[in-house]
Amino acid sequence: MNKKEMISTDNLTFEYIRRDEEGNVEGITTAIDNVSLDVQKGQFIAILGHNGSGKSTLAKHFNALLFPTEGSVWVDGMNTEDDSHLWNIRQEAGMIFQNPDNQIIGQVVEEDVGFGPENMGVPTKEIWERVEESLKAVGMYEFRKKSPNHLSGGQKQRVSIAGVIAMHPKCIIMDEPTAMLDPNGRKDVIRAARALNDVEGITIILITHYMEEVVYADKVFVMDKGHVEMQGTPREIFSQVDKLQELRLGVPQVTLLAHELRKSGLAIPEGILTREELVDELKKIYR
Amino acid sequence: MAIILDHINYIYDADTAMAHAALSDINLAIPDGQFIGLIGHTGSGKSTLIQHLNGLVKPTSGNVYYNGKDINDPDFNKKELRAKVGLVFQYPEHQLFETDCFADVCFGPKNLGLDKKEVELRAYEALKMVGLPDEYFYQSPFDLSGGQKRRVAIAGVIAMKPEVLILDEPTAGLDPKGRDEILDLITSLHDKMGITVVLVSHSMEDVANYVERIIVMNKGKVMFDDLPKNVFAHYKELEEVGLAAPQVTYVMQELAAAGIPVTTDATTIEEARTEILKDFNK
Repeated sequence: MNKKEMISTDNLTFEYIRRDEEGNVEGITTAIDNVSLDVQKGQFIAILGHNGSGKSTLAKHFNALLFPTEGSVWVDGMNTEDDSHLWNIRQEAGMIFQNPDNQIIGQVVEEDVGFGPENMGVPTKEIWERVEESLKAVGMYEFRKKSPNHLSGGQKQRVSIAGVIAMHPKCIIMDEPTAMLDPNGRKDVIRAARALNDVEGITIILITHYMEEVVYADKVFVMDKGHVEMQGTPREIFSQVDKLQELRLGVPQVTLLAHELRKSGLAIPEGILTREELVDELKKIYR
Repeated sequence: MAIILDHINYIYDADTAMAHAALSDINLAIPDGQFIGLIGHTGSGKSTLIQHLNGLVKPTSGNVYYNGKDINDPDFNKKELRAKVGLVFQYPEHQLFETDCFADVCFGPKNLGLDKKEVELRAYEALKMVGLPDEYFYQSPFDLSGGQKRRVAIAGVIAMKPEVLILDEPTAGLDPKGRDEILDLITSLHDKMGITVVLVSHSMEDVANYVERIIVMNKGKVMFDDLPKNVFAHYKELEEVGLAAPQVTYVMQELAAAGIPVTTDATTIEEARTEILKDFNK
């Protein structure tokens, strides 16, 4: 495996056994079906897919919360099934979940952020340095003395991200981090993720149902029935409006409007992603 | 016949140092049969407001009238009110608890004291209404997908035969198709049963597509209360309070700013498409 790969899966298959109330086996569900993909260091990756398509199961393989039934997963060159790498993998690949209330444990924001590095045995002085830089990176430094209970959802989610950053990860996996947030909270969390990617070069893997959040990703994977159904740049993916709708997904509203106008005969290219692009195209035609 | 809010004030921890006004001087009328979108950022008072509508929270001052009667009057039957004004909380599937879907939906009407036959009839109708396939009726609700669980939870409220249905973020956490399905379901409940719907949402696109009236809350006050296109015309003010208009509204504004003579009040893709084509096919 190549040094530039942050995460790589090789024919990854994950099955779980369904049991009834008495514990008898009812059947086997294949949640991940023969997935091979590579994520390069420093990329911003988005994973789309409808509820039940296997996105979250896949993500849990990226920091060794789940292990493959068949195939293998490599994180920065370490096989997740090799026990001796377990803690290194969890430190390098941090995870953010959907519900901010499930991942905050400290009574004070800065204590919560310090929990990770403390468990890694980082010296006290360095813990505080890490807490400070992490909270600054997500724009939550001024809240460091507050109780997490008094924060909004978006602020809590940014504190969770700071808690992961304080462990100095190379990669952050975000599993629908904005699903429970209002538009402002959503914007702040996505902005924080993009800044970490741009400035710190941290690899980001974002799982989401909001198509607008995907527009700036380097690469998009679309999951369906446990396998990767589509992959490409956002423009390549969002050019296929009908296919995405078949997969229970959508496209950003602007992309859909451009698609509809194109169907009605206006000379607009497929795969318009932002409203600036659409306005520019319309201006060209109007002239 | 309607819900009327008359000079509602609500203060959390009144008479303490922590006193905090969540609602100030709210005056609203919600007529029968309307489909209303209620928007506002986190902490704007939306949730406190909807809890006033079925008497879960009592106003610090002011009155709430349901069909002309003050719901906080000591003689008023609150239990009946809560059957008539159904509240579907955020992530309602977390409240499922029975061993099968049918039993779960029966729980509400059973507590109204109805006889067994009527309870089961209502549960059956409600599950049919939300479009849950028959084969799931006697399965554990916990084996269903997220979207289906939510349908069962909504059926639990429908089985109470409400006249007003209030839903707090009914599409949170669902995939785009699941979101459309739940919103289409709510629309069909509104159209078929003629019930009043109050939809609390963060998604301006959803609100613009479905509702006939939008109420915008900010800092415990009603900021706007109008037709969607009139509300979204204030997109700059909405941004200042952490909200936004649908993306198409911005496209229309930018086209107009670029000197293309389009009207700017489109809020849905269909409206925008029609308006743009009108100008471009001349």
